[in-house]
Amino acid sequence: MKEYVMGNGAIALGALAAGVNLVAGYPGTPSSEIIETVAKYPHEGIHLEWSVNEKAALEVAAAAAYSGARALVTMKQMGLNVASDPLMSVAYIGVKGGLVIVSADDPGPISSQTEQDTRRFAGFSRIPVFDPASPEEAYAMIQDAFACSEKYHTPVLFRPTTRVCHAYAAIDVPDRWEPASFEGFRKDASRWVIFPRLSYANHGKMEARNAEIARDFSDYRFNTVEGAAGPRAILTSGVSYAYVKECLREHPEARIIRVATAFPFPEDFLLRALEGVEELLCIEELSPWLEEQALQVAGRHHLALTVRGKLDGTVPHHGENSVALSGRLLADFLGLEPGPSPRDCSGAPPLPVRPPVLCAGCPHRASFYAVKQAMKGQKAFFCGDIGCYTLGNAMPLDMVDTCLCMGAGITMAQGLRHTNPDAVCFAFVGDSTFFASGMTGVVNAVYNEADMVLCVLDNSTTAMTGHQPHPGTGRNMMGHIVDRVDIARVLEGIGVRRVVTVDPLRLEEAVQAVRSCAAEKGVTAIIFKSPCVALTKPTGKCIIDGQKCIACKKCIREIGCPALITDQGQVRIDPNLCTGCGLCGQICPVGAIGGAEQ
Amino acid sequence: MKQDILICGVGGQGTVLASRVLAAAAMEAGHPVHSAETIGMAQRGGSVTSHIRIGAGAWSPLIPPGGADMLLAFEPAEAVRNLSFLRPEGIAIVNTAATRPVGASLKDTGYDGREMVAWLKDRCACVFVDGEAACRPFGSARYLNIVLLGAALGTGRLELTEELIRNQIRRYVPARFLETNLKAFEAGLSLKS
Repeated sequence: MKEYVMGNGAIALGALAAGVNLVAGYPGTPSSEIIETVAKYPHEGIHLEWSVNEKAALEVAAAAAYSGARALVTMKQMGLNVASDPLMSVAYIGVKGGLVIVSADDPGPISSQTEQDTRRFAGFSRIPVFDPASPEEAYAMIQDAFACSEKYHTPVLFRPTTRVCHAYAAIDVPDRWEPASFEGFRKDASRWVIFPRLSYANHGKMEARNAEIARDFSDYRFNTVEGAAGPRAILTSGVSYAYVKECLREHPEARIIRVATAFPFPEDFLLRALEGVEELLCIEELSPWLEEQALQVAGRHHLALTVRGKLDGTVPHHGENSVALSGRLLADFLGLEPGPSPRDCSGAPPLPVRPPVLCAGCPHRASFYAVKQAMKGQKAFFCGDIGCYTLGNAMPLDMVDTCLCMGAGITMAQGLRHTNPDAVCFAFVGDSTFFASGMTGVVNAVYNEADMVLCVLDNSTTAMTGHQPHPGTGRNMMGHIVDRVDIARVLEGIGVRRVVTVDPLRLEEAVQAVRSCAAEKGVTAIIFKSPCVALTKPTGKCIIDGQKCIACKKCIREIGCPALITDQGQVRIDPNLCTGCGLCGQICPVGAIGGAEQ
Repeated sequence: MKQDILICGVGGQGTVLASRVLAAAAMEAGHPVHSAETIGMAQRGGSVTSHIRIGAGAWSPLIPPGGADMLLAFEPAEAVRNLSFLRPEGIAIVNTAATRPVGASLKDTGYDGREMVAWLKDRCACVFVDGEAACRPFGSARYLNIVLLGAALGTGRLELTEELIRNQIRRYVPARFLETNLKAFEAGLSLKS
């Protein structure tokens, strides 16, 4: 049957077709839809989970692969940093069943903190990596990745990028599939227990094996050479290959060398492809991986080859690639007539900017506002974290002073307090991030005598990445209703002095809670509990009483809710956006806003 | 057949459904189709685009600048923002009703879309649709996407039939909204200029 799916869907269907037995991961754009797609299709007999974080996901999957099962792990590129501890070690231990780790890179970056390159992680951990150029290729290649993993008993990385993950295509998939049969775990301490002696022995075997895989990859079906032999060639991979092909549709003679297996690098393949080539242009996103490989091959084999790319300044290091950029690079390099110049859009009126903002009625807005009100006139620092609530940085809230990586807000608040003892230090963390990597930071605070206020913004979902369940929601990816892990009880168990749960939409109570926690020494915590507005029905609409409103615009200036708009000098509430949260009504100095049921 | 259609608008306007209907209609007609959507942080209230590439030989998931045969703009400023994608002989279908950016109330820019419409007029072949007026009989702006699909087909530039699109509307729209959506499609079709 034909299925029209996005790249992430193609990866999921490919894994199902490969007989995957276990799928685990942690949500992160652009990878989240892989697990969601598996859940949408028949998956009887497959264990499916959103793990608490990427490290947990990889460890769960590694053990499944030790048992001979086929396991898929999914995450975004920075998730691989979290999972790098088990990754480096399982690379030494190896697997019995296929273990494929999808780490989706995000050139741009479009929704990430870094422009890191998973291909480099493959080289670092000495395991193979596959790099698809389209959803169709991703479907086929993920199956090749499982085969490679089982043939060489090694974990394998799979690296799509945002444009492949989010592109849609029709994929031919089997009408039905079955999870592979497997033997189960067999005790063998000489194989599964990592010790320095074993690591030493396996390191040597890994390098010998990688030389073998490199030879294998030299004949791999997605490592391709097109066009006629000549002095100039293009070396590319991933979605950049698609851009190059798009640009050179009228130039079938141009030599395009595409490497879909960045590591172990298929040196024999490249040597053959470089026959007669004097100048090579490397078009790739993120790091100059292929370029460095080409330089090494040229050096090792004394080729008279000029290599152009990021390292010589021909191609920008940062940002994502595009047809437009590739077109300019190729026109320069191949001496082509420049294509038709793009439409002249000069003189266009100034365009409204549309930055992402917290939704109308978002309870995070109320939580930030309560803390801001409570701390007015006091020196306070606000450490943010990763999630929708990073948007609390925007004006007029302006409530995020730092944001680094998952869970970092909690520990950074401690470091700020140790070095700025005159400031009250707050950490804001979402419920999913709290479970992913926040809990250990709280233990650190209690143990190391930090003074801080932890604000858990609990909206009972993982909102930013598309509303995935987590341990606090009481529901998992197997579709089961499970015991909820209670954040307040976790904090009490750790030894947090004072744990208060408040509804952020009751402003006065929330402000009082913040004041009392901030006044106390040691670690205190406020759980701001209110569900994500994208998952709940509006409770009503707020309306402004035009007779009472004095058009002071305090509501707009203080909270910046998208539903509050001005219309010919008057404040109005957009009924299409308002959820009836009632926060603005609690701010209005003349009581002009009402209407919502509270 | 080879057609590249760029849909642009503001998150929440229903561009994704319009993209899905077009892609599915083209597939039902037997054409190879690729598409790409804006996903992630920009979805709510941000600028969003959907790229639909019908026909063989499309390599890039995104339409190259100057490559789109049709620009289906759900918002006038978004039409201007994405005009460089439209090929010289392409056509733009533009909803003239502006969506003011979130936060515009903080520093009132007075943006109402009229200057965008005025600028677009002389730049390309345009069909302007007053989306607000067109949706009024249906009581909600949520029918804008289907009205605009009708208007797009009404230009005669899409190599798809009414029946193909209706079939996909039936497939993707929830039953209780179906009848109104089919009427919205008719309304869009009759706007042809």
